[in-house]
Amino acid sequence: MSATSPTDTGIDLDDVSPPKGTVWNKSERRKITMDGLWHNNPGLVQLLGLCPLLAVTGNLINGLGLGIATIITLTVSNIIIAFTRNWVRKEIRIPYYVLVIASIVTMIDLSMNAITPELHSVLGIFIPLIVTNCLIIGRAEAFASKNTIKRAALDGFMMGLGFTLVLIALGAIREIIGSGTLFADASLMFGDIAKDWYIKPFEEYQGFLLAILPPGAFLVMGFLIAMKNVVDKKLKS
Amino acid sequence: MKQHFEAMKKAGASLALFAFISVVLVSTTNSLTKHKIEENQAKMLLKALNQIAPNNSYDNDLANSKIIIDPAENGFIRETPVYLATLKGKPVTAIFEVTTLKGYSGAITFLLGINVDDKSVDGLRVVSHHETPGLGDKMEIRKSDWVLGFDGKSLGNPDIEQWHVKKDGGDFDQFTGATITPRAIVNATRSTLLYAQENMDRIFMTHLNSVPNSNKQSKTKGTQ
Repeated sequence: MSATSPTDTGIDLDDVSPPKGTVWNKSERRKITMDGLWHNNPGLVQLLGLCPLLAVTGNLINGLGLGIATIITLTVSNIIIAFTRNWVRKEIRIPYYVLVIASIVTMIDLSMNAITPELHSVLGIFIPLIVTNCLIIGRAEAFASKNTIKRAALDGFMMGLGFTLVLIALGAIREIIGSGTLFADASLMFGDIAKDWYIKPFEEYQGFLLAILPPGAFLVMGFLIAMKNVVDKKLKS
Repeated sequence: MKQHFEAMKKAGASLALFAFISVVLVSTTNSLTKHKIEENQAKMLLKALNQIAPNNSYDNDLANSKIIIDPAENGFIRETPVYLATLKGKPVTAIFEVTTLKGYSGAITFLLGINVDDKSVDGLRVVSHHETPGLGDKMEIRKSDWVLGFDGKSLGNPDIEQWHVKKDGGDFDQFTGATITPRAIVNATRSTLLYAQENMDRIFMTHLNSVPNSNKQSKTKGTQ
């Protein structure tokens, strides 16, 4: 897999042209996967969904929570948009996407509240944030509306996973620098077994508040993007 | 021109159709889950109430022994429900569901249990808020034990002048990165305690008179 140069991986909303939108073979699956996880990563390359990304990643578990909620929403919305892509007129596609995404998010929110109230009380605050995540509508417009259901589902899942990995990295770095801990609050999501996961690498460390505050989010995010560019350059040479 | 009009009509009609489908789906989900969500919320309310008044400390149907205090009466922000725990007909604890708007973002609602005898805090639990995750949410019991610092405190202990966060010269800790949230809670707790000092007996009298059977109620706790 040859790495693309950083300039090629800029915001590329037309990454798949319509004729290719139906191919389903190993190399295409690989391409969609690698796009989501690395080459066109929503967090590091497309820079979509920065609002929730920066807002909640004060610790690792929050990042993971938003990530899971995003994977579910993005996969479902991609599937529905790909499924209906031939019936939706071009002129009304944007309000249609908004309609679909808002409905899905509301339905997921209600169902989770009814079925798993404990999980909902943890992830609940992240679910409304997903409506503000332009990643979802970005993938609907750039990918799902031009691809088969299978491809759109894979793209949704992989983009969501790529986003989640960035959230986890960002959350972990900010948590370690900001509070000097890792996996704090894990028991909220995984139950009592997770109480022991809590790590405090440096006993005496007091924490560096800036990292938890929004400016810290931008700083860490900037370093992550820079690191990705360095890796890309290394891979190319 | 006519073509354009046709296209607009089609687009409008299909958008209306999609909107209709979405409405049907969302409202179906809502009606399917509504009952269950209310049930969950009632369970969570009772669980929260029991954290303040353990269920062996009272013998009435606590979640339904509630009176509403009118906001005009006392300067509460909105109608404030009070859950009244009694043991053998004798008042034990009043649990106020206090809402304050002085938090960092939006309303903070918390349950404040006030002991009837000495008007001290039996317990405080935040039930809903929109404070910044990782900063303001340390007032949740599952994130830190900050709220336990209120237990046993009353307006004489510490003195009423000390019922502020440390930053304002009082006795109560704020937590790292957030002063506004703890300040909102401390201040709302102080004013609720002041209200309780004046009105506690009257609240219970009103309630016990309005439910004549509550004295004779059997001690079965089947509903809990």
